[in-house]
Amino acid sequence: MPRVHSLRTRWASAAAGLAVVASTLAGCGNSGQNGLVTLNWYNFPDDSGALQQAADHCGQQSGGRYTIRYNKLPRGADGQRQQLVRRMAAHDADVDILGLDVTWPAEFAEAGWIREWTGQLHDRGTADTLDAAVRTATWQGRLYATPYNSNTQLLWYRDDLVRTPPRTWAEMLATAQDLARAGKPHYVEVQGAQYEGLTVWFNTLVTSAGGAILTPDAQAPSLGPPAVAAAKVMHDLATSAAADPSLPNQMEDQNRLAMESGTAAFELNYPFVYPSMKANQPELFPHFHWAPYPAVTPDRPAGVTIGGIDLAVGAYSRHADLAFAATLCLRSRDNQLTNALKGGLPPSLRSLYQDAELTRSYPFAADVLAALDTASVRPQTPAYQNVSIAVSHTLSPPAGIRPENDVADLHRQIQDALGSKGLIP
Amino acid sequence: MTPPTRTRDDAVRKPAGPSRGAREERRLGLLLCAPAVVVILAVTAYPIGYAGYLSLQRYDLRFPDQAHWVGLANYGAVLTSPIWWQALGITVLITVVSVAVELALGLALALVMQRALLGRGTVRTAVLVPYGIVTVVAAYSWQYAWTPGTGYLAALLPAGSAPLTEQWPAIGLIILAEVWKTTPFMALLLLAGLALVPDETVRAAMVDGATFGQRLRLVILPLMKPAILVALLFRTLDAFRIFDDIYVLTGGSHGTGSVSILGYDNLFTALNLGIGSAISVLIFVCVALIALVFVKLFGTAAPGTEPEHR
Repeated sequence: MPRVHSLRTRWASAAAGLAVVASTLAGCGNSGQNGLVTLNWYNFPDDSGALQQAADHCGQQSGGRYTIRYNKLPRGADGQRQQLVRRMAAHDADVDILGLDVTWPAEFAEAGWIREWTGQLHDRGTADTLDAAVRTATWQGRLYATPYNSNTQLLWYRDDLVRTPPRTWAEMLATAQDLARAGKPHYVEVQGAQYEGLTVWFNTLVTSAGGAILTPDAQAPSLGPPAVAAAKVMHDLATSAAADPSLPNQMEDQNRLAMESGTAAFELNYPFVYPSMKANQPELFPHFHWAPYPAVTPDRPAGVTIGGIDLAVGAYSRHADLAFAATLCLRSRDNQLTNALKGGLPPSLRSLYQDAELTRSYPFAADVLAALDTASVRPQTPAYQNVSIAVSHTLSPPAGIRPENDVADLHRQIQDALGSKGLIP
Repeated sequence: MTPPTRTRDDAVRKPAGPSRGAREERRLGLLLCAPAVVVILAVTAYPIGYAGYLSLQRYDLRFPDQAHWVGLANYGAVLTSPIWWQALGITVLITVVSVAVELALGLALALVMQRALLGRGTVRTAVLVPYGIVTVVAAYSWQYAWTPGTGYLAALLPAGSAPLTEQWPAIGLIILAEVWKTTPFMALLLLAGLALVPDETVRAAMVDGATFGQRLRLVILPLMKPAILVALLFRTLDAFRIFDDIYVLTGGSHGTGSVSILGYDNLFTALNLGIGSAISVLIFVCVALIALVFVKLFGTAAPGTEPEHR
């Protein structure tokens, strides 16, 4: 009977398929031969090779206790968070070390997805570490991660167009206006797209104006006059000659490209633009300079929002002790130095900013450290994503901002967002 | 298996009901279908039912301990939110406009494909190319094309315009991307419908002196009705669930989000399983309503399964 025969063949091949799947799954288990444990580290995709190098080094230094497998998350921050959330919601025991954007520790801690750093671990995880960076890893007074790298924005400008860098937003807009009138490149590149980068921009401006998005206990919106002043700065830029026509669609990378293409005079961005300009536009590079982020009012320095990655240990990891040890190794001085030199990411260890090797290829180290010392932290709440969406949707496109009304709207929306009530747009 | 004992009544009723053999055959048929039905129930009914169950809870992934039963409150929250109605409005607009344009273009292409004398194969292949391209890839190429600086299409616009950052231009471009991608599918379905039109009937109309317009309106389209309705049903359901083009082109920003984007954002970004599931269930209800309207009001059926008196 040919039918029965073919049915049997199908069953056989299905069984064979299952066997293959099963053996592959078995291969994923993280206890290899000789008791050598493989720890899975999920982090942003790094093209420089610095993260892989750190993982390899720590494996070698563990004295045969563990090796670290570096798993690359998606490129976008939203994609990274979604993948981690899906794994943790499924209680994935193969997630040992998580590279969290500085805005996620509160959320992951509240959901019970990451372990607390207590006692000696707490001390080792915060030793010699920048205060603002430690604050990002803390939720309700407890430490849930250790800062891996830090980040902050500087003002980048072309000294062939601008002699002395502006100290305030008003000065910068006036300079851009003059350049436009002279027919020279004059755009101010900043993150104006409807996404989290816009929230960061707003957060920086609100803090620079002396306010905050949330009250200190993170239970209610604060906003007030500083928020109105911040919204006004955004609106003023978007409706001036300084605005790039693509402003409502621009993220960090488009800003970098616009600056490299020569259409912009100013760029507010992270230090990764520096090695990029060096590699892509050697003729513009000699004119590419940096200065502190512009202030909102002349009497108060800007409170630039801190960025970066915190490393946490997964709540369902089967090898938590080893994972804590490996995490401390990953953020060690040597690895952070490699990360800064190769990957361009500012360290979270304070003493590294005085390191001769770092300052040689990182000439703006002192300015980065100064910015990090006065840095502001994004609203710290498990509902940060909702707050961020409320901000980025209300203030987008920047040219359409009505400062007073929008801030009042925002107040209501953030109140809902904090209770994770209703829909998000 | 012992044959059932037959009574006198059975024998009397025999001509009215199916014969014993037919009944057995039906039973066997049902038995043979059963595994497939079980699998379908497992992979479709279970998730739909689970979404329905989740939609009745206040359930935020970040606060798993606070999950509790809230009845229809999530539906209340969604249906009283202007965000939902705005997304629904955008979805309906995109659906109606893109399907209407696709129908007109698809019909024209189908007629061309049917009548092409030279290189019929080449014409058909050329028409089908957009449908063969992965939607996300196509969407990315549109996105680059319309972004100032990187795009050849944006370069044709007046300096300083960034169409994907404004609501109406962006919606127009989303519709354009949809139409470009799925018109071939429509054309293909309509081409199959054209095959239903007997050549003799059209020729007879020609002999009677009917112009092309009259032949199309009075002969071809009425005969193609079943195929047109199926094509419209498929495309309307598909267009209503639009996600990938919007996700890539605008990410749903600047008021261009569809209901699917809204559901995705509430599920995957806000991690709000209750609200997200309620949105999913409402989308499901909308899709079911569309199908119901097509089937009950317009009498849509697959070509060939029409009742005899068409």
